[in-house]
Amino acid sequence: MNRGHVYRKILGRIMEGVCLVAAVIAVLPLFTFLWHLFAQGFSSLSFSMFTQLPMPPGELGGGMKNAILGSVLVVGLATVVGIPVGIGAAIFMTEFAGPTIASALRFACDVLSGIPSIVMGLLAYQIVVVPMHHFSAVSGSVALAFIMLPVVVITTQEMLYLVPHSLREAGHALGIPTWRIASSIILRAAAPGVLTGMILSVSRIAGETAPMLFTAFGNPYLSLDPKSPISTLPHMIFNYAISPYDDWHRLAWGGALLLVLGILGATLLSRFILWWHQRSLNT
Amino acid sequence: MDLPTTEKPGSRSPGPVAPPKAPTHAMPPLSLSARVPDADAPPPVPEEPRRPLATRFPKRSSGRTADLIFRLATGACAAAVAGLIVVAIVFMVRGSIPAFKDHGLGAILSPEWDPTNQKYGALTFLFGTAYTSLIGMMIALPLGVLTAVALVEILPHSLSKVISLAVELLAAIPSVLLGLWGIFTLVPLVRSFEVSIYKSPLGLKNIPIFSGSPMGVGFLAAGLLLAIMALPFILSVTREVLLQVPVSQREAAYALGATRWQAIYNYILPYSWKGIFGAGLLGLARVLGETMAVTMVIGNTPQIKASLFASGYTLASVIANEFTEAPSNLAISALISLGLILLVVSILLNAAARLMLIYLGRGSSSPREAK
Repeated sequence: MNRGHVYRKILGRIMEGVCLVAAVIAVLPLFTFLWHLFAQGFSSLSFSMFTQLPMPPGELGGGMKNAILGSVLVVGLATVVGIPVGIGAAIFMTEFAGPTIASALRFACDVLSGIPSIVMGLLAYQIVVVPMHHFSAVSGSVALAFIMLPVVVITTQEMLYLVPHSLREAGHALGIPTWRIASSIILRAAAPGVLTGMILSVSRIAGETAPMLFTAFGNPYLSLDPKSPISTLPHMIFNYAISPYDDWHRLAWGGALLLVLGILGATLLSRFILWWHQRSLNT
Repeated sequence: MDLPTTEKPGSRSPGPVAPPKAPTHAMPPLSLSARVPDADAPPPVPEEPRRPLATRFPKRSSGRTADLIFRLATGACAAAVAGLIVVAIVFMVRGSIPAFKDHGLGAILSPEWDPTNQKYGALTFLFGTAYTSLIGMMIALPLGVLTAVALVEILPHSLSKVISLAVELLAAIPSVLLGLWGIFTLVPLVRSFEVSIYKSPLGLKNIPIFSGSPMGVGFLAAGLLLAIMALPFILSVTREVLLQVPVSQREAAYALGATRWQAIYNYILPYSWKGIFGAGLLGLARVLGETMAVTMVIGNTPQIKASLFASGYTLASVIANEFTEAPSNLAISALISLGLILLVVSILLNAAARLMLIYLGRGSSSPREAK
């Protein structure tokens, strides 16, 4: 063995070690985050968080009922608009559009999904809040729908592409109208994947805070009126986190745990659906 | 008397007279289609000869009309998605016109921001955004690339799957929660690091980037959080780029007697540096507009300082903090013009990154499991 050989072997080992250390560092943030979240969050989770309204500063206790319901309302409204439009656009891309238009649309979606969410909030502010002259839950939903739309389109379209082309040909050979092929054959065959995309997009917008600041605005009282300002969970966590009160910090951690359980649960659920779907395709 | 007749069994039963129920095509939404068609339901009617499949679909002369309507409807959805970019640009430009009219484009480059006195210079925010993004990328890019190398080239498949799942979950965590974690965990850590620099006997505090009093909040904390947020994007794109390197490239390297690191460094990384550059652009685009986490840890002080420990302010943070408290419509317009800067830069960066990745044969690059 000459010296060069030894040298490059040692160098190789060192650099491989550096790569492994990098991999460890890369997973570190998630685990420390989860560690702190569970340590702080579980002690703060309580039944009253779901049943009580926030207290004024200085008074102990209180909950996040208004924010939890508000999140459900705002995200729900966004989903009702965002998902059908997104799926429709994805069907158009895979079933009707030619390759040029399809890839142009895909490019548009990729670019859209990279637009910062705060800009989408500014957009919703100008489109909804300015004409209405006041903040509202609806404007928050519009901002969230803008954010989720490209995500729904991209995931749905990828799932529709996975459906074998022979299924489409079989449909056409039987003389089935294209809309029936798309809705009853292609969409159904891709259903688990499409569902996964829906879950992912909902979990993406459920934690959005920046656009809520000047659309949904926040509201310390319980409100379920789409036309009035409303509190959402991430927004309330933000307000409580930057507040000077320990009791509010405690509530913020509790709310954070709730949000993360929802989002990570949804992400894992969607992965499970995909895994199960792929397994059933393979057997 | 006529009771028996009315009670005659079978007079109400559908029997063969009733029209056979059209085979329903509405399957439960989750099942894969066309398996086990109505296993439990007893066949209600005597088998009639099986009709060809096509006629079992409602055959109407309006099939073509329905097709057209469907096509138009889905096309409208697609147009809405594509139009969203145009709408965004139009509205953001329209919203910033009053500000541009008032103080012109050049005024943005002045460092003075004081909306109550009609001073709308954005230089401090541009600096803050650029500086924090730079810190974030300088940490995230090497970390992401080295981790991707470890995942693709070194670690066994099962372990690398677990690690990429963990990093992907990191991407799913909302930025406000990372900010919460940042306030209560990262900032104290950064502060103790800063204190140790401050007290270090080597006089490290005289180096410009380490100067200033240790507060915890500031560029360094924000940059670290941004690195954590950019990492999943950089890692997943780089991983896919590395996976695309042909096996023959590796085989050739090993056949020449290269060690694993030599193969990586001399044959695999050069093959994929364009893709890695695209990954960096994507990560940068993601980081520039990041709002909540940065707002929570950067200290929100409009100043231009080279020190990592100084607090600062970014474009997105000033929009988040001051929009609802803007003293005038002009101030709102000025904030919208800051948003316009973010929009334009993010569109340009994303477009460049996507074009680069498409050129390399990959269009998609969201943090998702590769095949």
